[in-house]
Amino acid sequence: MPFLLRRLLRSLALLIGVSFLSFLLLDLAPGDYFDTMLLNPQISPATVAAIRSQYGLNRPLPQEYWSWIRSIGRGDWGYSLAYNLPAAPLIWQRARYTLLLSGTATALAWIAALALGIWSSARPHSWIAALVRTLEALLMAIPELVLALSLLLIAVWSGIAPAAGASSSISALQPRSLLDLARHLLLPCLSLALGLLPLLLLHVRSSMRQALDSPFVNAARAYGIRPARLLFRHALPVAANPLISLFGLSIGLLMSSSLVTETVFSWPGIGSLMVTAILDRDFFVVVDCTLLAAIFLLAGNFLADLLLFLQDPRVRAS
Amino acid sequence: MLSKALLAVLAALHIAVLFAGFFAPYDSHQQYREFSYAPPTPVHWIDSGGRLHLRPFVYRLVPKPEFAGYEEDRTRLFPLCFFCRTSGGDSLHLFEVSGPAHLFLAGTDAYGRDVLSRLLFGGRISLASGLLGAFIAVALGTAIGAIAGYYGKWLDESAMALAEIFLSVPWLYLLLVVRALLPPHIESGSIFVLLVAVLGVVGWARPARLVRGLVLSLKRRVYVTAARGFGASGFYLLRRHILPGAGPVIATQLAWYVPQFMLAEVTLSFFGLGVSEPAPSWGNMLAALQRAYVLQSCWWLFAPAIVIVLVFAGYRQIFARYAPGAPEL
Repeated sequence: MPFLLRRLLRSLALLIGVSFLSFLLLDLAPGDYFDTMLLNPQISPATVAAIRSQYGLNRPLPQEYWSWIRSIGRGDWGYSLAYNLPAAPLIWQRARYTLLLSGTATALAWIAALALGIWSSARPHSWIAALVRTLEALLMAIPELVLALSLLLIAVWSGIAPAAGASSSISALQPRSLLDLARHLLLPCLSLALGLLPLLLLHVRSSMRQALDSPFVNAARAYGIRPARLLFRHALPVAANPLISLFGLSIGLLMSSSLVTETVFSWPGIGSLMVTAILDRDFFVVVDCTLLAAIFLLAGNFLADLLLFLQDPRVRAS
Repeated sequence: MLSKALLAVLAALHIAVLFAGFFAPYDSHQQYREFSYAPPTPVHWIDSGGRLHLRPFVYRLVPKPEFAGYEEDRTRLFPLCFFCRTSGGDSLHLFEVSGPAHLFLAGTDAYGRDVLSRLLFGGRISLASGLLGAFIAVALGTAIGAIAGYYGKWLDESAMALAEIFLSVPWLYLLLVVRALLPPHIESGSIFVLLVAVLGVVGWARPARLVRGLVLSLKRRVYVTAARGFGASGFYLLRRHILPGAGPVIATQLAWYVPQFMLAEVTLSFFGLGVSEPAPSWGNMLAALQRAYVLQSCWWLFAPAIVIVLVFAGYRQIFARYAPGAPEL
């Protein structure tokens, strides 16, 4: 299986590239976390310099990069200066919530897109198909941020679901119960799913359309094969390839698709962690989040390759 | 039909934003502290006596006691003045009203600043960063892609490896990381230039890959070989014979990036990483909606959201015309 192996090695090489480039970029960035200390007249510049060297911030770039890579190997993922903790548990705490939100929303969006897309391409002249097309065009025109704000508005006006955070207890990261968590998840999840839906729907519809229009489907229909079998047994496997790639992409975007929605709904995910880390110049956290997002994206692409490999004999032959 | 209307709205918005000084009744920084969160001022044609006025007029707003909102003082009416220079300033305005009445057609924000005026002036930053950012990203991508595709060898390999690294970070993260290169708080004078530079750095990779692929195939055409036989230089060949063939792809990329980058500015400013107060931008105006009070009772502060949707949909429409298969409205 040289094809898959080649893909895997390439992803790994890219990952190293991403880690080095983002580390380099943030090393070039002016200022660090301890800059604000210099504003305090009671702390002398010498003290700040001592603290910096204590955290190893004054070493040359290759050395710093290497020690960061080693700390990833140890499972620490660098050190958050703002929280005074190893970065990994900090990020994991937040990444759980991001994955919960984006995972449910992505699953919902795929289910809806497949159902609506297959239905509307099976009956292209029905009013449901027209409705689906209108919905798709409408949602396509609304940016994620505006969509989230509108749902937030509905939440605040109607009071059907809590509008902010992930729990009703004081600590945002400690959900009271599963039900409480689900209630808080409702709106951000709906907003994100509606944001993801139009693109998925577009691809499901167009690839199904293409498959259903091809001659072999006509031939199968002429043989008298039942419409349901025609749709699911004959057309769907042919339409699947672009959808599998898209599925891989949407898995890859699990870590990043919800950033805006999280911020609007004060969801304690990775988005707010990253924004505050940028403002605080807490660079290990920024680099880690970026690396994590890149890992997901590359893993998603690899997953798509793997699925294509398993599904499509043409890929295996080439 | 709908798409034509959308394009007309898009054009009108651009003109209004370009000549914001003329269309906006107030300056974007002008504060009326006693009119914080005032709702849109109603414009009347019929006065309390039931008489019709040819020239529309407004009443003066009076704050109710204990911050209970505002009411109209019906004793005196203030006609709107079109093409006037009344409010002290020397610039010409499309419409305004002379004091002590105010004309807040889209209400005011927390500091009593006119939302309509801020919307128009803020559009300058939001729209221009979309347009200019897309232009820089696509120009940079075209240049790198053309050089990589034409000269090949190690130039090609290293440029494409770099592009692939850029493409393997989700673009919002890439935007945030490149933004982190800049100091956290930037004064509003220089933020625009820096923002556009950030967008250019974030967006070059995709057009570079596309253009490179095209150049690779175009440079093997017979007419290119013929021109090279006549002694044309590499740069001349690229400019005269190869890049024109990549024109449609470049145009599609531009049409895709403009709304994307407008949203990038809006998102960054919404996060508090872009244009900061007191300068207006659509993103930082939307940030006001994060307060529960505003969300509950100040519906007019949703105005930027509506404008963003219109612009976004309009540009996507342009993109759909270039790229068949894209969704049509």
